[in-house]
Amino acid sequence: MKRRSTSLLTVAAFGYAFLYLPIVSVVIYSFNDSRLVTLWGGFSLRWYRSLLEDEQILSSALLSLQIALISATVATALGTLAGLALNRLGRFRGRTLLTGMITAPLVMPEIITGISLLFLFISLAEWLGWPAARGATTIAIAHITFSMAYVAVVVRSRLAGMDESLEEAAMDLGGRPLRVFFDITVPSIAPAMVSGWLLAFTLSLDDVVIASFVSGPGATTLPMLIFSKVRLGVTPDINALATVIILIVSVGVIAAALLTRNRAEQ
Amino acid sequence: MSWTFGKRGEARGETRGDGRRQWLRAALAVPYGWLLLFFLAPFAIILKISVADPLVALPPFTPLLDWAAQGWERIHVTLDNYLFLFQDRYYAVIYLSSIKLAAVSTLLCLLLGYPMAYFIARRPPRWRNLLLLGIILPFWISFLLRVYAWIGLLNTHGVINNFLQWLGLTDQPLPLIYNDFAVYVGLVYSYLPFMILPLYASLEKQDLDLQDAAADLGARRWQVFLDVTLPLSLPGVIAGSLLVFIPATGEFIIPALLGGSDTLMIGRALWDEFFINRDWPVASAVSVILVLILVVPLMWFQKIQARREEGVL
Repeated sequence: MKRRSTSLLTVAAFGYAFLYLPIVSVVIYSFNDSRLVTLWGGFSLRWYRSLLEDEQILSSALLSLQIALISATVATALGTLAGLALNRLGRFRGRTLLTGMITAPLVMPEIITGISLLFLFISLAEWLGWPAARGATTIAIAHITFSMAYVAVVVRSRLAGMDESLEEAAMDLGGRPLRVFFDITVPSIAPAMVSGWLLAFTLSLDDVVIASFVSGPGATTLPMLIFSKVRLGVTPDINALATVIILIVSVGVIAAALLTRNRAEQ
Repeated sequence: MSWTFGKRGEARGETRGDGRRQWLRAALAVPYGWLLLFFLAPFAIILKISVADPLVALPPFTPLLDWAAQGWERIHVTLDNYLFLFQDRYYAVIYLSSIKLAAVSTLLCLLLGYPMAYFIARRPPRWRNLLLLGIILPFWISFLLRVYAWIGLLNTHGVINNFLQWLGLTDQPLPLIYNDFAVYVGLVYSYLPFMILPLYASLEKQDLDLQDAAADLGARRWQVFLDVTLPLSLPGVIAGSLLVFIPATGEFIIPALLGGSDTLMIGRALWDEFFINRDWPVASAVSVILVLILVVPLMWFQKIQARREEGVL
């Protein structure tokens, strides 16, 4: 048994090194003074300074944050309702179709979602005159569509482990459905809604492919900008930007993990 | 006594449930309608554009008539877009190459992910959460930036080549980037967490007594693994493989950033057809065929996902 666990340990260590090698290397090279990204030219913060002065990056980051905030919020509302219905309604007509539409976006190649949504927007503009122009709104709609599937999955798995007796008791005591929903159901699935929201927010901030299709002139999100820059190779200011994002995400994820662990221990 | 109580409770539950059911059903209309409009309808439209005569299909694309003019002769008949795809060997080769790249990456993810998931599942609970966090953390960091990071590592004068030369293992830089090798690295790297998490879920649930019993009865280590552990973890293997294979087949960013000009992946071909050749009907046909290729794995994934949720219930 001993030999087996050392070889397992070796594979696992290799796996973790593989997962973190690129992340660590980007962080290190973001402090590299040299413009030649592969040569170490000493420690410097110049790429962070140039990042702060780059208005194109700042304005696209702002646009991305706005889209992510709106789409995560709407996706959480819609995804929660869908997850709730799938969990609590039992059999109903159209259930299979709903399950399909909520599962498929999890694995559907982004390029197909992007191209098909673009054609929808073009057709809608032709028939109804809306959306007149593509941009932040159409990107947000696209992001809501795929991220509500993730929210629904998270909410469903939370609901599956919950018993309904509290809601039933509240109903017995004469609570109206809407009141029971906001006073009992929402607080008890709140952790799932929060993680669903964070997931939707991250997915929106990360999307290049779908946004490239459904965006219009003038609306360039941060990932679209990064993609157009890095297509030509490594650029040092993107290293700095990546480090900032890595730092924010790591702090957030670790804090969330600590928080849930403390709560579990209580 | 308890029987009557249970009976009454059930009956009451139905009437009480009705108001709630109605409310839920009304509330469901919003996400349902949203998905019908923004997820299902687009597929109908893409299908229509892929088979429609451009004279009819092109009015929605009037702003692009300038490029469409060149496309006219090529798309007279409705199924011409598909015929074009079938006659042009180029596309068959790209589809097959995408499937191959995705399938090999899935296998590599499984080979690396299985021991990792097994390793994590057999740690004490305190360690397990930390190790799982280590798998999930990269997933939260931008996919695009993580793929980008590999450019710096794999470059001709990148970190890995510099390191190998410093070790004296090679005096010429190895061709690590802008080829299929780099695409494999990118695919395995990006999709590994999607393989590990379902594998872990199914391995963690396993009763260790079963393995001990098999070992006690004289089974060798590999026999225990092949006869007990592996079959019991099969749902995780299938779920993880589908979670890797389906999106990897249509992957665009990884071949675009790490692949070479000879790396054939349908996601990139579709992107070029759309943004560079601007042939929208052909791009639609390319997407429809990609969806058709993925329909079987998609439905399989659906079934597993449904069974998983029932299992939780």
